[in-house]
Amino acid sequence: MAEHFPILVVIIPIMASFIILLLWRTKHRYEWHITTAATFLSFLISLSLLNTVFLSGPIRYWLGGWEPPWGIEYVVDSFSGYVLVVVTLVSFVTSVFAAKSVKKEAGEGRTVSFFALYSLLAGGLYGIIVTGDLFNLYVFLEISSLAGYALVGVGKKKRAIVASYNYLILGTIGATLYLIGVGQLYIMTGTLNMADLSQKLPAIFESKVIIAAFALFIVGLSIKMALFPFHAWLPDAHGLAPSVISPILSACVIEVAAYAMMRVMFTVYTPAFVFKVVPAKEVFLLGGGVAMLVGSYLTLAQTDIKRMLAYSSVGQMGYIILGLSFANHTGLVGSIVHIFSHAILKASLFLVAGSLIYKTGITEISRLKGMGKKMPLSMATFTIGALGMIGIPLTTGFISEWKLALGALEAGKWFIVPVILLSALLNAVYFGRVIEIVWFKTDEEEGHGHKEIGKHEKTSIDEAPLSLVLPPFILVSLSIIFGIGAFIPVTLAEKAASMLLGMP
Amino acid sequence: MIVQYENIIIKTISRILIPFIQIYALYVIMHGHYSPGGGFQGGVILGASFILLVLAFGAEASQKRISLKKLTVLASLGLLIFSGIGLVALLMGGNYLDYGKLPLPLESIPKIRAMGILGIEIGVGIGVMAIMITIFLAIASYETEGKND
Repeated sequence: MAEHFPILVVIIPIMASFIILLLWRTKHRYEWHITTAATFLSFLISLSLLNTVFLSGPIRYWLGGWEPPWGIEYVVDSFSGYVLVVVTLVSFVTSVFAAKSVKKEAGEGRTVSFFALYSLLAGGLYGIIVTGDLFNLYVFLEISSLAGYALVGVGKKKRAIVASYNYLILGTIGATLYLIGVGQLYIMTGTLNMADLSQKLPAIFESKVIIAAFALFIVGLSIKMALFPFHAWLPDAHGLAPSVISPILSACVIEVAAYAMMRVMFTVYTPAFVFKVVPAKEVFLLGGGVAMLVGSYLTLAQTDIKRMLAYSSVGQMGYIILGLSFANHTGLVGSIVHIFSHAILKASLFLVAGSLIYKTGITEISRLKGMGKKMPLSMATFTIGALGMIGIPLTTGFISEWKLALGALEAGKWFIVPVILLSALLNAVYFGRVIEIVWFKTDEEEGHGHKEIGKHEKTSIDEAPLSLVLPPFILVSLSIIFGIGAFIPVTLAEKAASMLLGMP
Repeated sequence: MIVQYENIIIKTISRILIPFIQIYALYVIMHGHYSPGGGFQGGVILGASFILLVLAFGAEASQKRISLKKLTVLASLGLLIFSGIGLVALLMGGNYLDYGKLPLPLESIPKIRAMGILGIEIGVGIGVMAIMITIFLAIASYETEGKND
């Protein structure tokens, strides 16, 4: 059975989605149980895959027994195994959280379709990660995106539909650009298999079509990952989506798009092309740096907590792209660790925002006064998550920023180090504001604050249910565990980076 | 919501045409693996025949034959047939979707493979048909969405 794990990790959540729909009109629906079980199974499988990959090298799985490049191949190597564990973990933890939250936000009648789409989204994301075929990647990109567009529209506010529509239009443009790139590579080489392409491409590196296809890939996936000039759809979509979907969108969907971009850059086009033939270094340096600063700057102005977290993702994507621009091992390690770090931290922050909405319905930051006393565990989780995002030592956020700064110095780009510091400072300012309001501002002004926060004012502690508090807490604890035991994510990321850069 | 429009010509013609459209759809599905056609194309034609039914006789009258409830079941069933065949192949010791390993009582592996692909095409056909009609009904009955649920 173990040799089938690469396909099972994808097919279990997708089949779960069909089974949920099949049971829709029956008495026994169990939609949440099926989703959680499926994502949990996928998580266990991905752990086993990462273990196998780490001990005995990449796993290649031929779909239908057809030998690549004719058949579709699924590849789990040190990079995809690593990202797979992160994404399956976050989607499992989020689906645990979903039990209570979805019933309240989507309404009883829509939970079945919600969880069916959720499983489909998860399956699509896992598919993007494990596939070794460019066109298959596009198919999974569309599966996950279509499920994502619909799920954004479930959001409670009316504007969620508009956000979903904008996301649909821009996401489709991104996917189309990617598809045109695939078509151009196919015309030039006659193959879609990534490993095969990387063998055939070096001979025609100078061809204009190949360079144009590269540009299309980068721009298409930049839209999908909301890199700075293409980020306009993200704050609305991530901010207005249901509480359960925001963490998946911010922690998994855009990360997986970043993963796909790195896959295309390093596995399909080799580092030799990316760093020598095209000026990718300069473009990524500019794009990443500007995204970091502008993203963090825009975050400062936000008054809605979910919108603030959404804008913060724009800046965080900048970190990942910046790491690619140094063209060295350390920078890439920084990027890869940042995928992990941002995924678990942003997911936990969004989940805390979700339990806040579940309990009080408040989303404005200014109305969170005294929340630290009312929901101490949730707010403690939020605070640790925020510290991680800023990059305080002992959290994973610190490791990735440290590696990025080291990478910048190694590449001789010392002027980037202050930019990283400045961005961390901006992070500290906007998270600090929330932390201050939550913990240090009490409702001194009697009456005013009381009326706004709600009726259950008299009780001192009014924590959300355990099933809502625990999931973000687990993610934050992981961030601290791996922030102290930094050698684990760093060793895995170093292995992945060496493989991507083609170093022994 | 689409209501019935009294026109004897439209009704009679569609009553005559629908069975032929459906037989043609089945032909396209069955021959997909060695001639032009396949599950998707056949499913669309099959779906179109039901859409014609709704157009000619109104959504209310066609509820007996095709309700959203049944369509949801059919859509997920079609996709489950597809992924289920892949899973059976996996359980029989092949890779996922390796039709050659399917436990069918046929003499040679190419024949088993042909049957396996036919199964996939049928699954796709059912799924596509159900989804086509669902999309049509969802758009046609937008104002009365609440009643259907």
